[in-house]
Amino acid sequence: MIEWMHPALIFIFGAFLIPFLKGRTRNIYLLLLPVAAFISVLSMSPGTYGVIPFMGFDLVFGRVDKLSLVFGYIFSIMAFIGTVYGLHARKNGEHIAAFIHIGCSLGVVFAGDLLALILFWEGMAFSSVFLIWLKGGNAAYNAGIRYILAHIIGGACLLGGAFLYWNSGTIEFDALQNIGLAFYLVLIGFLINAAVPPFHAWLPDAYPEASVVGTVFLSAFTTKTAVYVLARGFPGAEILIWMGVIMALYGVVYAVLENDARRLLAYHIISQVGYMVAGVGIGTELAINGAVAHAFTNILNKALLLMGIGSVMHMTGRRKLTELGGVFKTMPVTFVLYMIGGLSISAFPLFSGFVSKSMVVSAAGESHTGSVVLLLTMASVGTFLSTGLKLPYYVFFWKDSGIEAKEPPFNMLAGMGLAAFLCIAIGVFPAPLYSLLPFPVHYEPYTPEHVVSALGVLLFTGVGFFALLNLLTPESTISADMDWFYRKKSSVFLWFARNLIIIGDNFIGGVYKFLVLEPAGKVAYYCSTSFLQRIDKILNGFARIFLDYIPNALTWFSRNPLAELKIAGDTFLFIISGKNIRPQIKERIREEKALYPGDIIKHWPIGSTVLWVTLFLLASLFIYYL
Amino acid sequence: MKFVKWIESQKTSKLLRIFMYIALFIVVVIDFFIERQHIEFFWDMVPGFSAFYGFISCALIIVISKAVDRAWLMKKEDYHD
Repeated sequence: MIEWMHPALIFIFGAFLIPFLKGRTRNIYLLLLPVAAFISVLSMSPGTYGVIPFMGFDLVFGRVDKLSLVFGYIFSIMAFIGTVYGLHARKNGEHIAAFIHIGCSLGVVFAGDLLALILFWEGMAFSSVFLIWLKGGNAAYNAGIRYILAHIIGGACLLGGAFLYWNSGTIEFDALQNIGLAFYLVLIGFLINAAVPPFHAWLPDAYPEASVVGTVFLSAFTTKTAVYVLARGFPGAEILIWMGVIMALYGVVYAVLENDARRLLAYHIISQVGYMVAGVGIGTELAINGAVAHAFTNILNKALLLMGIGSVMHMTGRRKLTELGGVFKTMPVTFVLYMIGGLSISAFPLFSGFVSKSMVVSAAGESHTGSVVLLLTMASVGTFLSTGLKLPYYVFFWKDSGIEAKEPPFNMLAGMGLAAFLCIAIGVFPAPLYSLLPFPVHYEPYTPEHVVSALGVLLFTGVGFFALLNLLTPESTISADMDWFYRKKSSVFLWFARNLIIIGDNFIGGVYKFLVLEPAGKVAYYCSTSFLQRIDKILNGFARIFLDYIPNALTWFSRNPLAELKIAGDTFLFIISGKNIRPQIKERIREEKALYPGDIIKHWPIGSTVLWVTLFLLASLFIYYL
Repeated sequence: MKFVKWIESQKTSKLLRIFMYIALFIVVVIDFFIERQHIEFFWDMVPGFSAFYGFISCALIIVISKAVDRAWLMKKEDYHD
């Protein structure tokens, strides 16, 4: 019996077998993997497992405690629900990408140090982008590129922070010490994945472009993993309270404006994660419990909403409110299941959101921050307004858009049914969920005052909705968000690239040139002149002496050796003679040089030549007879 | 589909409407009588505050969102193309 089996490995390695299976076998296998992972999470007991020594540090792949376990449970449950919902998808790619994505999310949850965490963190980003790309088409491709760029930036921040923590001596991942830059880099890395404004634009940009099944998987894991790491690393970081509140309202505002049903729900992911981020920021035991419980219930009810709208999209091919309407007639079951999700996320009593969201709000109340309580309550008004009233009203009722649709395939209904069952079960019996939470806090959601005030807020939201219905009529427009900066104002980025970055580059280049290149050039020049050129000159000199001067001198000399001897003799005379005859000799040398080479032959009288001939003949006779 | 017909009939919608009005009324009235255990802020003591706040929040969210949209955010659908 293996002591500890990492559920991430079940998903990641299990995913590679999918392409070899077909039809019913494949479907059974797909369903068995999440079950196996769930059993492996269930069988874990708190402790530290999977420690691998690496470069002087211990990489911890299995830190098991209550906080990681509760995310382990919900991730494997969600994997099962999502797989049931996506069983009809023929493409294996979607299932493989989803399983690797889920596996990496579980890897992050059980990672005990920053390096092991980053390993799976990057795996999450690179597997999830395929859920977007596999939908096909240009819009999905471009959104995927923007999505992965955002996550690469986040991953780079995280990696930089981790290396700085490494430098400071520990990469253990627990409540992080604020050691300056490293702390904030890691925080930004986490905030990007949690989609905290202004780092959120990737989420509503990319999620609606994924496939029907892909969006369901995407919505569940990335942001909730970010909530987990924030709860682990930054509990009680006060800045998170306000970031969370702003998030919760920011998502609400855009959801009111949105015409694309799935983008509307994507904005509500941001809004709901706002509650969790605020809970982590408050940092009390009740608040952390609330954040975790809300992550748990929100995974289910958000997935249920996206599955409901995904079913409508799957059956009608439309996702814009302006193009939908009257779908209730043909898809009543989908409508009812969707509404269970809508009531859950809006925190109606007896539905799952109520038992978790009220925990966060109560925690804010206990820490005496009235403004946070009021603003979070306002955000929950917005949640009900958009997901519980506006969306179902315009999709399922409103006008008759004449769409011929029917209920989605059985597996889709079954997936939604499972999620809906859990939403109600948790809402009615919150105790099992509470027992899973990291801190042993007693919390009673169903007090008369809670229930009445929740109902008061929600029912009168409905009054406001119907009173202002005319204002909400969907319009086929879009609302610019933070992605405007990099999608629309890319010319600004290019301007930055062309100007500021080039100026910077030129400055650095100039400094480099001044400090390194020019001195090096000077040294090289000096070397070349003083050594090479001199050596060159010496060689040239030798060459000139041997190939030019000496041969020239020899030829010059050989033209008239006698005259040469005469000049040499006169020069010698010039040197040794007295001053009075020097001009005379000088004149003679000048004349001789001017005449040179002149006649080579000395004009002697013929008699002396005869004499010489006679003498040589005699000498030869003498030698011959000797 | 009986359920669909039942929901869509005039009678039901009238019934639902009446039911909703009664629910709204009860929620406000009952707030005057319930026993409050936790009083953190002054508004926790005001009966009917939650109903009032729910309505006001809803109206504020709609009006402000739409105003911001009209002023700055609204773009044509092919804006990014």
